[in-house]
This record gives sequence, C-alpha cells and structure tokens, in this order.
Amino acid sequence: MHISEGVLSAPVLLTGVILSAGGVSLGLKKMDYERIPEVAVLTSAFFVASLIHVPIGPSSAHLVLNGLVGLLLGWPAFSAILVGLSLQALLFQFGGITSLGVNTFNIALPAVVSFYLFRLFTIKHNPYILLFSAFLCGVVGILGSALLVALSLVTTGEAFLTVAKLVVIAHLPVMVIEGLITATAVVSLKKIRPELLTGKAKI
Amino acid sequence: MHLEEFSEGKSLIHSLDPRIKLISLVPFIVIVAIAKGLTVPSISLVASVVLILFARLNVRPLLERLLAVNLFILFLWLILPFSVEGKSIFTIGPLTATSEGISYALTITLKANAIVLSTIALVATLPIFRLVHALRHLKVPEKLVSLFFFCYRYISVLHEDYSALHNAMKMRAFRPATNVHTYRSYAYLVGMLVLKSYEHSEKVYQAMLCRGFTGKFPLLQHFTHLTRKDLIFLVSMILVAAGLVTLELGNNFWRLP
Repeated sequence: MHISEGVLSAPVLLTGVILSAGGVSLGLKKMDYERIPEVAVLTSAFFVASLIHVPIGPSSAHLVLNGLVGLLLGWPAFSAILVGLSLQALLFQFGGITSLGVNTFNIALPAVVSFYLFRLFTIKHNPYILLFSAFLCGVVGILGSALLVALSLVTTGEAFLTVAKLVVIAHLPVMVIEGLITATAVVSLKKIRPELLTGKAKI
Repeated sequence: MHLEEFSEGKSLIHSLDPRIKLISLVPFIVIVAIAKGLTVPSISLVASVVLILFARLNVRPLLERLLAVNLFILFLWLILPFSVEGKSIFTIGPLTATSEGISYALTITLKANAIVLSTIALVATLPIFRLVHALRHLKVPEKLVSLFFFCYRYISVLHEDYSALHNAMKMRAFRPATNVHTYRSYAYLVGMLVLKSYEHSEKVYQAMLCRGFTGKFPLLQHFTHLTRKDLIFLVSMILVAAGLVTLELGNNFWRLP
C-alpha cells in the first residue's frame, strides 16, 4: 500500500505533498487540543494493528483499516495517518520520507470518503444496515487506496502500467477481508461502546 | 518492541544538533528523489554510505532494514525491465528486456537505498524525544508534533495490550488460516485494541488535566548554541546538495523518457 522512496516522479511527489498538506491542516483545525490524546492513542492502536498479518491463501497481507480510521475520526484521519506513516517510515523504513505526501493522501482520502459515505448509516441501530455499511466502509478504504496508488504509479510513467494493474488486482482479496474485519469490529464496538460511533467526531 | 534501534551512540553524527541534522537532510533527499539517470543517484548513494560510516551503526539491523526496502524494489525489477521501450537486450518468451528498462530499475534501486540510508544516518540516530523537540523548534504545527509524540509514546503500551490479547488467543488454540473464523477473531482483536486505546486516552487525559495540562506542551528547554562541528556539517551537506543539482542539470543526456 505504501510506495517506497525513489519510485515516483517529481510532479507526483509534489502534488501529493500539496494535497496532503491541505488535508492535514484541515484535520488539525477540526481537532481541538483536548482531542489530541484520543486521536493519538487511537493512531497507536492502528499502528499496532497494521503489524498484524492476516493469511490469504498461501500469502498474507497486513491490515490497513483506513476505512475504520476514517469512520472513527473524520478529517483528523489525515493527521493520524500522516503520523502513523511517518513513524513507520522512521522506525521500520516502510514507505518513505519523500513519498510521505503521496502515501498519506492515498490512504487518508478514502478514509475521509468512507466517513462521509457511511457515517450516517453506522449511527443507525439496524444491525443489517450497520453490518453492510461497515463492510462497504472497509472495501471503499482499500479500493480507493489501491486505485490512488495505481494512479500515482501510472502518472509517474507508462512503464508502471503493469505494476499498477498488479497492485489493484492484488488488493481485491485484501479489500474483501478488510471489509469483513471492519464490519465485525464495528458491530462489536457498537455493542460495547456505542458512543464511539455516534458523532464524537465533528463533521 | 525496541523502536529506537539506532538512536544511541557516540559517533560524530550522534553528537550533532538535531535541528542541523533535519535541515541538512531535506535538500539532499529532495534532490535524490527527483533525480533522473544514473549519475546523481550513484553519487548520492556513495554520500549516504559515507554518512552511515560516520554514524557507526550496527551492521546487522541496518542490513535487515535495507532488505525490507529492497524486497519491494525486487518486485519492480521483475516488471520494469520488460515494460520500458528501447534497445532490446534479451527475450524470455513474449517479454523483451530493454537496456532502458534495466537502467530505469537501477535508478530506482540507487535512489531508494540512498534516501533510506541517509534518513537512517540522520533521523534514526535521534532519540524520538530529541526529534520532537527539534520539530517544535523548526516550527512544525504544535498539534501535529503533540500527536506524533503521544502516538509514539503509546505504541509500546498498545503493543503490550496486543501481545496479551494475542497470547490469550494462542492459548485457546487459535491458528490463523484463510477462513471466516480467523477474520472474525482478528476483527474482535482490532475492536478490543480500539476500546483499549479509548480507555488509555481517557485515563491519560484526565491524569494530565489534574496536573494542569492545557493541551499544549510548553517549550522550556532550548538547544544550546551551534558548535563549529554543526556548522561544518551543515555547510558540507549544502555543498553536496548543490553539487548534485549542478550535475543533474548538466547531465541531460542521461535522462530517460
């Protein structure tokens, strides 16, 4: 899901930095000082969750859960994902410092989109609507990111067309699994702490 | 979890002012990231290796980091040589490898390793607390720095929670496989982590309120004056960056489509 250092072209890197800077500053504006501990500790939780490798047939994928992050945080998801990705880049060299702008945008935009698309449905108490919309939330998160990653690669150079196609195809099963995991996690959160899904985050 | 693997040391690089390390890294990695061809990427890789040598880091963990980076690059090597048009070198079935494709993949490999090595040499050698402090002095938005710091601080706490939950699963004979049971169990694990994170953040926030926290971290400690060593390092990194820019601009014929 993250694009490493040295791959993308200058215009793509720059566009990523500008778009992410916009999203992050909006996210910071919408996050009061008193919400910092909450957003930060939730970011740590997702950082740890991203270390979980889920088996898919003979291979495995690590969890991204950007749909769920978006659903719980709204716009501050941009700041949370920037922090998560910079820690991954600094501590493990996953992704990269120079591709941080692009990677943040690619993962955070679908998160915010999921927030706007599914927020209203996950507030509802109907278990089927809840399950289905949370599933789609996970799907949209991964599908959106995979498409954005593919777009970043293709706009860098036509040579990446095959790589971009493979990235999207490889994420199709991941999409379904993230959907299942997001759906189950949201339903259990709704049972235990329903207030987490009822508009603590400001739109 | 040992997260700050390279931050302790007594080398020249470790003793530099954190602000200088960050400021001198930025132009270097930006130029490497946008460079084309082979000249600038190879020279910058050499420069990064020199930085690593100055930082005197443990070789084993360093190689493990590089391996992780190059696995992704390896995947590109399987595809890129065959997808750039140009002079063909060899053919495997319907695929034709071109010299342009190979040098494109080589460029990416050199650039990625150069940026990763220089970042490890200059940023990973900072303890996170010093890094956060320097970021605040460099006028990075306050909320973002607080978020970064809190998040880093709680990763190890949540990782302990995760290990406890995961061990509990293993004791109940949980074996991950490709089935709904596995995904459902992981979903509950994620749900529990989210709940734990809210519990921690509420406790932390209340405890901090009791101690007069207003949401802001005051900057009490300031960096001491820059030493001659810091300035020499900064100037030499700027000269290297300027040299790379000149080379890049003067080397148009190396450029690839």
